[in-house]
Amino acid sequence: MSITLTSPSYKRIYVWEIPVRLFHWLNAASLIVLMATGYLIGHPATLSHSAEAYQQYWFGNVRFIHFVAGYVFMLNLLIRFYWGLVGNRYARLRTFFPKTKAEIRELWEVLRVDIFEFDRTAHPTVGHNQLASLSYLILFVFSVFQIATGFGLYAAMSDGWVASLFGWVVPVLGGDGATRVWHHGAMWFFVLFTLVHIYIVAYHDYVEGRGTTSSMVGGWKFEREDVLDRKD
Amino acid sequence: MTDPSIWGIMAQKGYSRRDFLQFCTYAAALSGLQSNAVAEVAQQFTTKPRPPVVWLHFQECTCCSESFIRASHPIVADVLLDTLSLDYTETLQAAAGHQAEACLHETMRDHHGDYILLVEGSVPMSADGVYCTIGGRSAEDILKEAAEGAAAIVAWGSCASNGCIQAARPNPTNATPIHKILNRPVINVPGCPPIADVMTGVVTHLLVYGRAPELDSRGRPRSFYGRRVHDTCYRRPYYDAGLFVASWDDENARRGYCLYKMGCRGPVTYNACGVTKWNEGTSFPIQSGHGCIGCSEAGFWDNGPFYQHLAAFPGFGIEATADKVGTVATVATAGALGAHAVWTNVRKHKAIKATIDESVNVTSDS
Ligand code: HEM
Ligand code: SF4
Repeated sequence: MSITLTSPSYKRIYVWEIPVRLFHWLNAASLIVLMATGYLIGHPATLSHSAEAYQQYWFGNVRFIHFVAGYVFMLNLLIRFYWGLVGNRYARLRTFFPKTKAEIRELWEVLRVDIFEFDRTAHPTVGHNQLASLSYLILFVFSVFQIATGFGLYAAMSDGWVASLFGWVVPVLGGDGATRVWHHGAMWFFVLFTLVHIYIVAYHDYVEGRGTTSSMVGGWKFEREDVLDRKD
Repeated sequence: MTDPSIWGIMAQKGYSRRDFLQFCTYAAALSGLQSNAVAEVAQQFTTKPRPPVVWLHFQECTCCSESFIRASHPIVADVLLDTLSLDYTETLQAAAGHQAEACLHETMRDHHGDYILLVEGSVPMSADGVYCTIGGRSAEDILKEAAEGAAAIVAWGSCASNGCIQAARPNPTNATPIHKILNRPVINVPGCPPIADVMTGVVTHLLVYGRAPELDSRGRPRSFYGRRVHDTCYRRPYYDAGLFVASWDDENARRGYCLYKMGCRGPVTYNACGVTKWNEGTSFPIQSGHGCIGCSEAGFWDNGPFYQHLAAFPGFGIEATADKVGTVATVATAGALGAHAVWTNVRKHKAIKATIDESVNVTSDS
């Protein structure tokens, strides 16, 4: 068996550490649960059982699952913020904020090359590219908003101290009714985000062929040696 | 001459001591006091001069007054209101015109620092307050003057405590709740109108203790506004079981299932309707088959339509909920992504092909 090497050689880089990968999947799972149960809370199905009310508790269960997933969602995010302080360079919180000239240039590059496709080539980056980072920053902002409004609403039905920490949110937004509308409306951000996020990951994998999708499972990404040499 | 106590007034009117003690028990219960506090209530009502009361009316419909005279206990209307009206309340007092104004000023002067001020209605702040003037003076002026010497101030109803319908978008007169005008504590008793027995409870508390009951962060008495209508609703088991009315005349409506899907605002409304009920405990809206419209919540007129679970999405018409807007956005995004995928195959064809071409060729020559 003989192997003909016609491709440039690639280096394997350990990009996503275990806490980051765990965060990602727990976040995805809790978001799916929160979106599904949240939508049901807003639009419960109409059942017409002749059963007595005491024979079932499905709506109560849906709400209970929503609240449990809400706690998971929040704790998971807190752990991720902590890892953003101590994790590797790709996990750092500062990677989410475009600051330097080069980073802002990259933001436009990604828009130009990947989104609007003015450029026929592919320009891969290790870690998050700047546009992706920005989208995650927005995701974090919405997550915090959803946690604040969710626990704010929860304060009316929970004696827990976590919920009571958010008691101030409801008056600020103008009452429980308005808070519910905000909380419900913000769900659509997560729906749109999920859609776009999955597509863009698939796009990068498809165009660049560097294992973008599997990197969130194993943690590894691949980079051409010559590109790495240029960067460092 | 010292002012008579409540018992003094009642005795004058021919009530017996027994009637009086019954009234004290009722008043104590309404103020959320334990039964051993009845003695204290009786003591206060017998010895303390009844504090004078000034009841002002601004932008309102008088439904608060209407509600108040329907309190469960007849003595409340007869004694409290009768005596209230002795001082100043435009709707019920005998005096009119200059006589009434003189009466108001006399009360405010003679009892400076110890009268109770009850305010019904919001105050229009735009155009120098011309939208509500009484005796040639703006509501704001009158309110500020009356508030200055008041021992306690109560905002009756949603108008005075959060603006109610006058303050609904676009709020042409800039109707303003009184706690936003006065910079001193105000007891907010929202509702359109508030429940009569809640009103009596608040007044009784003031009369007995001479200070406000425990209030929440929005100035509402905790004992009446501490829980949502939903938390004390007798249809709540149907809610938890997921048994909902889906239209006004369906089988589920006949069975008395939960009105959540019909836009019931019980889950977002803080009030005592489920417990105290209305008209001497006869019923309340949900018991009559109609969802709560949230009349004691700030901005409830703008959170409509009443028969829809979620409020309309601002700027997209009455029918547009966040869900309709969200669904359209999702479909549009999915379409854009699909188009992008097709375009990628056209536009990046070469780049993708180059990647495939540079792939390692594994040939087997066994
Ligand atoms: C991204 C995450 C979340 C999404 C997409 C989401 C979505 C929703 C939706 C659509 C509703 C229905 C609102 C309505 O129509 O009335 C809802 C209700 C609610 N959510 Fe969330 N939610 C999220 C996170 C949270 C969190 C973290 C909490 C905190 C415990 C929470 C607590 C609540 C509460 C208390 C309600 C009201 C439930 C009721 O009264 O029955 N949510 N959520
Ligand atoms: S009818 Fe309204 S207040 Fe009663 S349980 Fe249903 S949603 Fe709650």
